[in-house]
Amino acid sequence: MKNFMALFATPVQRVTGILAIVTLYVTLANGLLPPDSFLYVSDYSVTLLGKYLCYALLALSVDLVWGYCGILSLGHGAFFALGGYAMGMYLMRQIGDRGVYGNADLPDFMVFLNWDVLPWFWAGSDSFIWMVVMVVLAPGLLAYIFGVMAFRSRVSGVYLSIMTQAMTYALLLAFFRNEMGFGGNNGLTDFKDILGYSLQSGSTRLSLFIITAVVLWLAFFICNRIVNSKAGKIVMAIRDAENRSRFVGYNTASYKVALFTFSAVLAGIAGALYVPQVGIINPGEFSPINSIEMVIWVAIGGRGTLYGAIVGALVVSYAKTRFTAIMPEAWLFALGGLFVLVTLLLPKGLVGLWPTLKAKAQQLWPKTKEQAL
Amino acid sequence: MKQQASVMGATENLVPDTRHGVILYMENVSVSFDGFKALNDLNLYINDGELRCLIGANGAGKTTLMDVITGKTRPDQGKVNFGQQIDLLKLNEAEIAQAGIGRKFQKPTVFEALSVYENLYLSLKMDKGIWCSLWHKLNGEQKDDIERILATIGLTEQRHGLAGNLSHGQKQWLEIGMLLAAKPRVLLVDEPVAGMTLQETERTAELLTSLAGEHSVVVVEHDMSFVRSIARTVTVLHQGSVLAEGTMAQIQSHPDVKRVYLGEEST
Amino acid sequence: MILFARLIFLMLFIVALSWPLKAAEFENFETALTALPEANFKSLPELLEAIAELDDQRVSSLFTHLSKGEVYFQKSDKQVFYVVDQADGTANIVDVISGEVVQDINKNQLSKVKTTNSIRSGIAQLQAQLNLNHQDSAIRLNAAREMLADVTRISDKRLADRQTKEENSAVADILILIAALKELSKEDSAAQLAALESLDSSLEPDVRQVLVAASQDKERYSPEVQIKIKATLASIENQRNLYSYAENIFFGLSLGSVLLLAAIGLAITFGVMGVINMAHGEMMMLGAYTTYVIQQCFPNLIEYSLLIAIPAAFLVSGLVGVLIERSVIQFLKGRPLETLLATFGISLILQQLVRTVFSPLNRQVIAPEWMSGSWQINPVFSVTFNRLYIIIFSLIVFFMLLIFLKKSALGLHVRAVAQNRDMARALSIRSNWVDAATFGLGSGIAGIAGVVLSQLTNVGPNLGQAYIIDSFLVVVFGGVGNLWGTLVSAMTLGVLNKFLEPITGPVMATIIVLVGLVFFIQKRPMGLFPQKGRAVE
Ligand SMILES: Nc1ncnc2c1ncn2[C@@H]1O[C@H](COP(=O)(O)OP(=O)(O)OP(=O)(O)O)[C@@H](O)[C@H]1O
Ligand SMILES: [Mg+2]
Repeated sequence: MKNFMALFATPVQRVTGILAIVTLYVTLANGLLPPDSFLYVSDYSVTLLGKYLCYALLALSVDLVWGYCGILSLGHGAFFALGGYAMGMYLMRQIGDRGVYGNADLPDFMVFLNWDVLPWFWAGSDSFIWMVVMVVLAPGLLAYIFGVMAFRSRVSGVYLSIMTQAMTYALLLAFFRNEMGFGGNNGLTDFKDILGYSLQSGSTRLSLFIITAVVLWLAFFICNRIVNSKAGKIVMAIRDAENRSRFVGYNTASYKVALFTFSAVLAGIAGALYVPQVGIINPGEFSPINSIEMVIWVAIGGRGTLYGAIVGALVVSYAKTRFTAIMPEAWLFALGGLFVLVTLLLPKGLVGLWPTLKAKAQQLWPKTKEQAL
Repeated sequence: MKQQASVMGATENLVPDTRHGVILYMENVSVSFDGFKALNDLNLYINDGELRCLIGANGAGKTTLMDVITGKTRPDQGKVNFGQQIDLLKLNEAEIAQAGIGRKFQKPTVFEALSVYENLYLSLKMDKGIWCSLWHKLNGEQKDDIERILATIGLTEQRHGLAGNLSHGQKQWLEIGMLLAAKPRVLLVDEPVAGMTLQETERTAELLTSLAGEHSVVVVEHDMSFVRSIARTVTVLHQGSVLAEGTMAQIQSHPDVKRVYLGEEST
Repeated sequence: MILFARLIFLMLFIVALSWPLKAAEFENFETALTALPEANFKSLPELLEAIAELDDQRVSSLFTHLSKGEVYFQKSDKQVFYVVDQADGTANIVDVISGEVVQDINKNQLSKVKTTNSIRSGIAQLQAQLNLNHQDSAIRLNAAREMLADVTRISDKRLADRQTKEENSAVADILILIAALKELSKEDSAAQLAALESLDSSLEPDVRQVLVAASQDKERYSPEVQIKIKATLASIENQRNLYSYAENIFFGLSLGSVLLLAAIGLAITFGVMGVINMAHGEMMMLGAYTTYVIQQCFPNLIEYSLLIAIPAAFLVSGLVGVLIERSVIQFLKGRPLETLLATFGISLILQQLVRTVFSPLNRQVIAPEWMSGSWQINPVFSVTFNRLYIIIFSLIVFFMLLIFLKKSALGLHVRAVAQNRDMARALSIRSNWVDAATFGLGSGIAGIAGVVLSQLTNVGPNLGQAYIIDSFLVVVFGGVGNLWGTLVSAMTLGVLNKFLEPITGPVMATIIVLVGLVFFIQKRPMGLFPQKGRAVE
């Protein structure tokens, strides 16, 4: 037992272990158990869990820049959405002539708009490889350009936050326009299959869930490596005293640009994994409130700790699902209240609560601990 | 040729050319803030390996001078060179630091969320690019360096504690330690003994004197007894330009200085 | 259209023929009426023409009823009546001559004076001529304007007649234009050139249309005249452009003043105090809802509702602001990003609160009479009163605030606390109180902005959200902590937006401005008018 617990000593091991157990359980329960069993996990739940894991990945990316580098991005939703659109374009092309208009080359919405050729930026979108490239490139490039401009000219703090918000807001407006060529208001939807596997089938959904879990684990592992490397320490130094870091000899702008870009790519990947599972991507994903919600996941979970971000995303998303089902009006009250309470009372988030609780527990029951030893 | 080298900005390879014995050149430097001249046509030369004290009344422009050298403030006019060939006005703060100019601020600033050890680790002289930082592991020599510095600044005990938890004086020391770790050619030290006890002041004086020779040290200080104890050459700044320069004795007998600085003090 | 023109022509032809004969001339209204029942489609226009000649008050009303098909006559004695159908199905029968209601006649005994489409349009023209002689100068002006579209409707003689009598200068100006257009249609180049002289720089759309048509007509106009026409058109076009610029600037300034109102509250809380309040938009929303509530509570005081709403909204939003400051923001001093998040939470709560209390749908706020209408400066440029008032109002608020901050004790304390809290406290300024008051002030002004917004956009729970990003950008663009900068930046952004809109469409204009600002902030992170000095760092 003690050996087993030792497996969960470090955060990395904890996250790895829990992710592995959950994934394994969901796979087995969904694949092997009969649907009427108490322990059965339905296809619906699998997809829901997959969605949560995408959020967790997104939260990780927000935490990386905010928690570790003090860059409060209110525009990470834009990177998420761009990744999602890249995936959505691919899925759209996979529909082929099975759309309502039966046009093999053009997605339905283009036929509807009386377009007769694919716009240039849709070129190559029917290739899976190209899609993967775009999932990385689209958010990465935007973040890189934005980052270079902002960080080189030393925009920081709330200015930067508002600039990121303006960025996603501008994209929101742009993507709402039909002329943009991304389906306007309705976005991209009615997907049929991915790499030839039907998106409706249970096994595809399960596979997508597993893939998401693996990607999340991988991202966590890499982020963990980064924040514990010397570069991670530098990033934290920049967060606390950017000027000082410059006088120590670090080109802080390039560190920030690199981190911001990497984080945007993670967000884009999260978006790309999200779209096939929920079956739609529309401009709503660009709306500033979405980006703010991501920030609250991280704040609640505990910023500056990677697993805190994951915990926050899962807890808040679950609460949202629950709340909106029982009393939808209350959700915004709850969310708003959370913002206020967490910033006022829980600056370190739920994860920060843990050590305090442990200390309390030890104070209350010092004996039990001794007995156990 | 020499000009080109500095433009190219390959800072790691830039070694200041000190064949004339001077490491810092400041010529006709002026800085104004909304018309107020913080530095006014200032000329100052720091020799390689010397320990120089800068004194002057509040607002004389001492901190501004350091700001100009380290790239924090851009002068309106003038020339600032590191060695003969490196034009500091063409480099940014990070490049200047990498070229070998270290600075201790008037108000101690350390990385509060990092441990004392990590503070020193980040300050070590090495490649400061991202790629290198991602994969970097400390080698034995670097570890020894850090240990030695920890001993020098008396923070071996607190090595794993957060820098933010140190006392004011300890932060001062840590900042000096960070300077040492960077092994700069020139150390700019702004009011190092403010807030230190008498013994600590003495230790600082000892440390700074021992550093001179291998490094060039520029110290700004108001504490005249401290200045007297370390100074070989003293430069007096007044209203943004150099009023007098020389040994402590020369300065004290300098008529201008008597009039505007020491004179004021005695009344 | 061509048919119509031909008919008119025909009619005028007939009139012209009949003129010298004086065939249909009547002594008075009564005798003319006797001819009405006998007239057929062919003779009716002629008859009406003659009636129009009569100098009688009743003519206009006869024409009105005739064009509505409400004129009947009794078969037996040819007496003429108006039959006006009432809502309850009965008919009101009025004697045309006496103007009295007649009780003892049944509608069945009457038969209708039938008209055709072309006759009715003829009537409309006759009425325009009649109106040209109306006592009311506004009606005359309108009639004259209408006449511009087709100057053949009025004879030279009558026009000249009118011109000698006209006292109102605006009407006289139009009459000159009519005369000039008539000259222009004559086959005499000298007259044409003279006419063009007086048409020069007229902004009437009809004049421009006639000229555009004339510039195509190579037969009627000699090359020399053609050149002159082109020149006249060009100068008209110039004038029109000038006024469309003026209009754009006016629209831009009015948008700018909305931005200004939205942003100055923020310029205080964010600029002076350094507190970033994401619930600022919701303070505006509260102001707008206050207006709505006041209109609901005092439905018979709609005309004064805005005047009541302005102080009320100031109080409501201001108090909520103080509450927020005391309960949340004061605990987050010096932690801007946390403040941002917490106030964002508050904005969500306020939005949802409004949704729960009032409904998620937009509420209708009524515009008082005096806010509607416009001031027609010339045919292509008019200034709507609501926009004009908003510009004036926002400037008043701005300057009052400026003076308040500069001159009052609170203003001094606010600036002192913003610059150095500890020092201010040492000077026994109660910094807590100052903070609350400042925040209340900023929020209260946002509330006032809400009252104004209620006159321009839908009042709904999302009202504030739409403005928060804009307001921040205005403040940042102008330079934080600089009220003048806020003024300049709000107006610049407003005008810029309105000039881009016709070129790119409203959405693209917004996007371009946003992206432009993002670039701008990068170039000048401290805004147009940065604060200087060490304190900034
Ligand atoms: N960023 C700035 N904006 C405006 N004025 C400045 C700025 N920086 C420095 N000054 C002014 O320049 C003058 C010189 O300042 P500086 O800090 O160099 O003086 P100092 O010699 O270091 O004084 P002290 O001994 O008190 O530290 C002062 O009057 C100061 O007010
Ligand atoms: Mg100083």
